[in-house]
Amino acid sequence: MKPRRKGQGIDLEKIKKMKANGTKGLHLDEALIFERSCEGRIGVAPSRFDVPACDAEKSIPRKYLRDDMGGFPEVAEIDVVRHYTRLSQWNFGVDSGLYPLGSCTMKYNPKINEEIAALPGFSRLHPYQGEELSQGALELMFQLEEYLCEITGMDAVTLQPSAGAQGELCGLLMMAAFFKDRGKPRTKIIIPDTAHGTNPASSHLAGFKVVPVKSEGRGALTANAVKDVMDADTAGVMLTNPNTLGLFEADIKEIADVVHKKGGFLYCDGANMNALMGIVRLGDLGVDVVQLNLHKTFSTPHGGGGPGSGPVAVRKTLEPYLPVPRVRKRGKKYSFDFKRPRSIGRLKAFYGNFAIMVRAYSYIRRMGPEGLKRAAEAAILNANYIKERLKGTFDLPFDRPCMHECVFSDKVQQPNGVSTMDIAKRLIDYGYHPPTVYFPLVVPGAIMIEPTETETLETLDRFIEAMKNIADEARNAPELLKNAPANTRVGRVDETKAAREPVLRWKAKPPL
Amino acid sequence: MEFPKDLKYTKEHEWLKVEGNTATVGITDYAQDSLGDVVYVELPSEGGSVTKNEPFGVVESVKAVSDLYSPVSGSVAEVNDAIIDSPEAINEDPYGDAWMIKVEMSNPKEVEDLMSSDEYQKYVEEEK
Repeated sequence: MKPRRKGQGIDLEKIKKMKANGTKGLHLDEALIFERSCEGRIGVAPSRFDVPACDAEKSIPRKYLRDDMGGFPEVAEIDVVRHYTRLSQWNFGVDSGLYPLGSCTMKYNPKINEEIAALPGFSRLHPYQGEELSQGALELMFQLEEYLCEITGMDAVTLQPSAGAQGELCGLLMMAAFFKDRGKPRTKIIIPDTAHGTNPASSHLAGFKVVPVKSEGRGALTANAVKDVMDADTAGVMLTNPNTLGLFEADIKEIADVVHKKGGFLYCDGANMNALMGIVRLGDLGVDVVQLNLHKTFSTPHGGGGPGSGPVAVRKTLEPYLPVPRVRKRGKKYSFDFKRPRSIGRLKAFYGNFAIMVRAYSYIRRMGPEGLKRAAEAAILNANYIKERLKGTFDLPFDRPCMHECVFSDKVQQPNGVSTMDIAKRLIDYGYHPPTVYFPLVVPGAIMIEPTETETLETLDRFIEAMKNIADEARNAPELLKNAPANTRVGRVDETKAAREPVLRWKAKPPL
Repeated sequence: MEFPKDLKYTKEHEWLKVEGNTATVGITDYAQDSLGDVVYVELPSEGGSVTKNEPFGVVESVKAVSDLYSPVSGSVAEVNDAIIDSPEAINEDPYGDAWMIKVEMSNPKEVEDLMSSDEYQKYVEEEK
């Protein structure tokens, strides 16, 4: 007998082919912009001052003034253009390949959104130009609010929050204001263990104490678990549906009943709305507040781009508490309404991330009600396709139909000393952005895959093939995974060292 | 994986060593192993109070952030500041150098509902 040679059993030809398909290419080096600096070189020459110079020391306290620019790069315009173009070429985005980052809905952002947002009437708007000259923009905001009401089944929407987490905070502050108004402030919020990390953080920021509840064996929250902790001192429950395991919270109506009986609100984190739009309206399920992530569900750029946008939809009871200003329509004229005494106030300068609203509006209009529904259905179908085809190759802790994402673990690969991190890094070698890893926390070594509706069957099949190849490698040549990524410009970085000894500021090398 | 016999254990994977009325608290070998490389620790200050089953600190690894739960109630008599500067001790020596706090117990009876080494070992096997 002969010990099995490492690497045996793998179809090396297949792997070579896949690499050729993925990341082999020209990797040009690029120095830091600071290192390109040359004393006295100028990129843009500002025009001569046409206002009198002022003495900085007279208008800004001394302690906030800097005497020198400390290594500020002095470069020509072309240096800057080449530098950032090169960095963008190193980057990986949804425009360059599959980006199945679970819980993030990295769907393709149709270019028509960009075209609409670039129309001069939108792109050259100034927030100070006044209501009279902003009627088109106000009309768009008003209509977008109406569409989002229809999609969620709620009564009113604010577009102001600048991202999902700020939307959560907005919703929670409104709930707190509601109870305070009635002279009976409530102090607690119930959050299941499958929640997004932002949920407890937002609750804490809004002044609530978090009461955690465990999801039961099938990965969902039960009405009974909520009943045990829900009381007259609890403002409500914060639920994500579908939850972070990609599973539908089937008890949601019963949970809403339990919460409402005690006078509380059901908050739904709408980050995973991509699985529901056009199929079910959260309002019909008993939800009272929900934030939407336009940058996920409604195809606006995010993940290093952005900015985000986190509108919040509420029922009538919470409407008086929405942030100011609200967009109002009188006859054919639109205006801002600031006179809202019970409002929680302003959350963001001006009116929110307007250009993002334009993109979301464009997406909704282009898709139409049927299109949105089909997008949700395809998102669910794609996730289930991956789940079924990779089941058995990778451990699937919750084997039941999923919604828009599915969660595997590294349990099958662990005996070979291969972890989720190694699998994720190896996927980079195959030309894919890794999925979300080690989240949700209820699954140790989680690998969370969200393909979204925008990927074709061929792309999904190639990804599945890559995952199966990686599983083969984990068995027969685990060092390929341990040393991954090997095809990238930079190999595996030491994340532990980066966290323990972070280098936060560039320092010039001493001259030779 | 090691679970010393002279320690008591919680379901949240903290260990407790009782000496008279003082209890030393840390996290178990299993906890540090599942967390991965620990990069940050937050501990209470001396003289503060801790409550059984309530969070007393935070431990952060490259994978996740977790709350630390106190196995007993009482006042914080001593804090191991050394691990704040070198959190890697938690991975290297969870039962020794990386003890976290010493608690002057207000109700030593609380120790009774904690798990023994054997019970904890069984519990961990089931968790896997």
